[in-house]
Amino acid sequence: MHDANANRAAQTFAPLTASAVLVNPVGLHARPSVKLTQCAKGFTAKIEIALAADGPWTDAKSPVKVMRVKAPQGATLHFRIAGPDGEAALAAMLALVHDGFGEA
Amino acid sequence: MGEIHLTGHPASPGLAIGPVAVLTSAVASRAMRGDPAQEATALKAAIEGAAVELAELIATVHGEAAEILEFQVAMLGDDALAEGAYEAVAAGTAADEAWRAALDEEIAGYRAADEEYFRARAADLVDIRDRVLAGLNGADAIAKISGDSVVMGDEISPSTFLAVDWTRGGAIALAAGSPSSHVAMLARSRGAPMVVGLGPLPWNGQPPSLALVDGDTGTVIIDPKPETRRLFEHRMAAANAARIAADAGRLKPALTADGRRIAVLLNVAAPEDLAGLDPAICDGIGLVRTEFLFEGSRGLPGEDAQYAVYRRILEWAAGRPVTIRTLDAGGDKPIAGLTIDGERNPFLGLRGIRLSLARPEVFRVQLRALCRAAVHGTLKVMLPMIAIPAELDRANAMLDAEFAALKADGIACARPPLGIMVEVPAAALCAEDFGAAFYSIGSNDLTQYTMAAARDIGAVADLNDAGHPAVLALIARTVEAGRKRGVEVSLCGDAAADTRLTNALLARGLTALSVSPIAVARLKATIAGVTV
Repeated sequence: MHDANANRAAQTFAPLTASAVLVNPVGLHARPSVKLTQCAKGFTAKIEIALAADGPWTDAKSPVKVMRVKAPQGATLHFRIAGPDGEAALAAMLALVHDGFGEA
Repeated sequence: MGEIHLTGHPASPGLAIGPVAVLTSAVASRAMRGDPAQEATALKAAIEGAAVELAELIATVHGEAAEILEFQVAMLGDDALAEGAYEAVAAGTAADEAWRAALDEEIAGYRAADEEYFRARAADLVDIRDRVLAGLNGADAIAKISGDSVVMGDEISPSTFLAVDWTRGGAIALAAGSPSSHVAMLARSRGAPMVVGLGPLPWNGQPPSLALVDGDTGTVIIDPKPETRRLFEHRMAAANAARIAADAGRLKPALTADGRRIAVLLNVAAPEDLAGLDPAICDGIGLVRTEFLFEGSRGLPGEDAQYAVYRRILEWAAGRPVTIRTLDAGGDKPIAGLTIDGERNPFLGLRGIRLSLARPEVFRVQLRALCRAAVHGTLKVMLPMIAIPAELDRANAMLDAEFAALKADGIACARPPLGIMVEVPAAALCAEDFGAAFYSIGSNDLTQYTMAAARDIGAVADLNDAGHPAVLALIARTVEAGRKRGVEVSLCGDAAADTRLTNALLARGLTALSVSPIAVARLKATIAGVTV
């Protein structure tokens, strides 16, 4: 499972954090969730999202868990990313959110 | 079990007889149950099997339907979904019980969401739950519903509907449901009889073996006596003969019994609807919905993409008039990136022309594409949800500006005439005040706004009656306005295809009706029997 790798990576790399406002009209629902998780799975870093800066944190590689967050439009999505490709992952995640998941 | 008569609401016309296929997976319970390891293996196999089924189904659909299913595949492929179920299985619970409990908890979370979009996804989770349960139970698997069955249950999901081959004569009979659901629309376009709102289905455990479905009157007879069945088969044979006769008359122009010519036009939701159709069956296209261009994850469509689609439709029509409706988003048709999320009452909110005028940068692109397409045939453009003349005036000014800009750039274009949809009672009452090039009555919205009864709420479905004298009076008033102003009036809602209303509509002076391609033959045959 990807979690094992991500945990090991997290021990070596300091977590990067950033946040972005969800601009797409329906928030993080079905299509955006699938896009977010597909993008996240392209990186080895452990990638987590939350609706507050101090969590609770959710695995961004699980569509089931991301949907449980029910992040609405206008919500601030926080990222916590740790791993060798963490910076690239963070840039990709933020670009996806800024771009409204290609929907806006 | 003796013969039982059930009465509901008709949702898709036609008669059908067939073996009953019950949708509730609760009916079949698993014959065998293994130890925890075997149960975990069975669950894993059922989940993987469900994903394979979905992948096969995706290959047969496109657009929105495909994306709904892709979401389901992503959810099924995520171990987090079954985590709770596997834990329960390890503790000794049977695989089906464990899966059902885990998914029901997940579904409850969605149903409790504040946002309608998340609540609506509960239906997808129910779909996933039942597909896996069907695989576990090895009975009534969704993909195994034979196309000649009468499918009975509380509700039917779009993915279940799409998995059945409805050309084989099957039908749908639901305890709940609504004539305005997505499935009802699909059933009408595929010619599958459907009855909804039957109330609790009257059997415990042992389902009936045979059912007769009358989608014209909204009745279902289960386990019919031989005599009842014989009479029903007789009616089916007669209806079949009438349909064949109607099909034969499909290519001929529609004339009433007293020789009055009625234009029969087509409603088209996407260019694919025209595939394989002979343009000779119609007098033109009365409604091209353009929402399909704006659905999906591709974002808002560009000018060239829209132009290409409009041009294809105009070329198909080979000179016959084609009426394209500008984007009618909002209400029950949300579009990501465009419609307002969380409007308290979206049917009374920013929808149709109101949204287009509020988002001129989107509207302009569509107007430009339409002007460019207009050189390829006889194009008319209509605006949805018009309430006051100022809305038409603003749209006319924008169309003029885009036409002038294209011409200044030396791009081939023409300025299509701009008409209005009459679906807001205010527009019907004051139709004469609009400088519209034509009127097209949208009977679905006109009915729901006149009767104050939503199309998609089963409890008030009886009130949503396009044949009510108040609705017919508004139609007559619009026809009269068109006559006075010398412009054409047509009707393009579901009422046009409801042959029980044909007489009343033609009596109000309508001379043009627009229906889905499947309804053309039946409508022409009905018109032939009308004396105005």
